[in-house]
Amino acid sequence: MTEVPVPKDAVPAADDLVVLKDVNKHFGALHVLQDINLSIGRGEVVVVIGPSGSGKSTLCRAVNRLETIDSGLITIDGKPLPQEGKELARLRADVGMVFQSFNLFAHKTVLENVTLGQVKVRKAGKKAAEERARSLLDRVGVGSQADKYPAQLSGGQQQRVAIARALAMEPKVMLFDEPTSALDPEMINEVLEVMQQLARDGMTMVVVTHEMGFARSAANRVVFMADGRIVEQATPDQFFSNPRSDRAKDFLSKILHH
Amino acid sequence: MNVLLDNFALFREGFLGTVELTALSGAIALVLGVIMAAFRVSPVPPLRAFGTVWVTLLRNTPLTLLFFIAALVLPRLGLNTWSFFRLAVLALSCYTSAFICEAVRSGINTVPLGQAEAARSLGMTFTQTLRLIILPQATRTVLPPIGSLLIALTKNSAIAGGFSVFELFSVQKTLGEEGYNIFAIFIWVAVAYLIITLFISAVFRLLETRLAVAR
Ligand SMILES: Nc1ncnc2c1ncn2[C@@H]1O[C@H](COP(=O)(O)OP(=O)(O)OP(=O)(O)O)[C@@H](O)[C@H]1O
Ligand SMILES: [Mg+2]
Repeated sequence: MTEVPVPKDAVPAADDLVVLKDVNKHFGALHVLQDINLSIGRGEVVVVIGPSGSGKSTLCRAVNRLETIDSGLITIDGKPLPQEGKELARLRADVGMVFQSFNLFAHKTVLENVTLGQVKVRKAGKKAAEERARSLLDRVGVGSQADKYPAQLSGGQQQRVAIARALAMEPKVMLFDEPTSALDPEMINEVLEVMQQLARDGMTMVVVTHEMGFARSAANRVVFMADGRIVEQATPDQFFSNPRSDRAKDFLSKILHH
Repeated sequence: MNVLLDNFALFREGFLGTVELTALSGAIALVLGVIMAAFRVSPVPPLRAFGTVWVTLLRNTPLTLLFFIAALVLPRLGLNTWSFFRLAVLALSCYTSAFICEAVRSGINTVPLGQAEAARSLGMTFTQTLRLIILPQATRTVLPPIGSLLIALTKNSAIAGGFSVFELFSVQKTLGEEGYNIFAIFIWVAVAYLIITLFISAVFRLLETRLAVAR
């Protein structure tokens, strides 16, 4: 459409799955998201990093409207996010979300956690849902825990169940909000490996994380946020070896030195 | 002379009257209370407002006044075919539902927010989230206060006796007028109430242990 070369993120390509356009959000006087423009292509893995309080979680949660926005537009697969209601529920089923604190349903077994959405939201048969759940649980390596309750699992196992639960809905895109931040160090890798496999399988992913190893090996793009703005976007290589902004340089020097 | 044996049929009638009033009003109050609690946490502002008004009005009005409204005002507003029993059930269940609503709502608030967020992000609707995820987890905390509310309801049902509904307390009135020893009457009426309230306590204790084991 235009002859002038523009940065990739300025013009949504036809194949963009998630598009945020001029998104603004306040918490009271705090301007948490400031003119956010971001497009995520089908199959792309985008890692969002930035200092604490920069709005990463809010950005993530805005994509499936767990947080409402004040202005701007968010579309998923071409459809703008609807108002609260059945329509929004349907759209949310297409967006998988993995939380820092797992949030598995405490009163349901692992297997029930993974079948519930399929049966109640996707209206799948119980038999088919269970089969699918078991194969997903095997895939994330917790197949043998199917009949336990979440409280009986380790954090790493719980998070892998949470990933299976989200995958069971066959989402178009998966959002991860610091999925490994609540985990003991020895459990971080088992979760990251599952995510890495997911990325290799072509899942579209938005991952808020401080795991730079994951960002380097799995991400197509790094989005750096500070004070509610997207300050910089680059490939992982570019970003880590040669950040352009001072904020990013400052941030990287802090996190890479301990 | 034994008050109880001489008037067993009367006592039985009164006892059954109280049981019926309590059971019916309790069941309706539970349903209404849960619905109102759902209203109060719903994302739809008019429903929230309705729930708030419901609770505020009913919880802060003396029950006797509600009975007067039910018995004297409602029939003039079109409920003139309703029996006193029905009107009493209406007054008792609406009144109790306001308290049950608040008990359920406080139970809902004990369930971590992440549970609802996880459910919503799977694509569950508000009602599904409440019914499948939140209420089952709130049940355990909500049972003890609801047990107490139903016991209070049992005793509150005595007010219906003053409005031409035959129940335990009316037994006292009838027999008192017949010249029986007021003390003896009171003791047997109290025993009858105790049977009902202890039964409610036992049921709720059973439910609590059941739920504790199920996890
Ligand atoms: N519900 C809320 N009400 C008010 N302020 C909020 C709310 N949620 C977040 N904030 C504030 O908004 C800002 C951005 O929060 P957000 O959680 O998006 O940051 P973040 O980048 O995810 O930080 P972290 O790395 O600590 O998770 C913070 O200053 C936070 O205190
Ligand atoms: Mg965060």
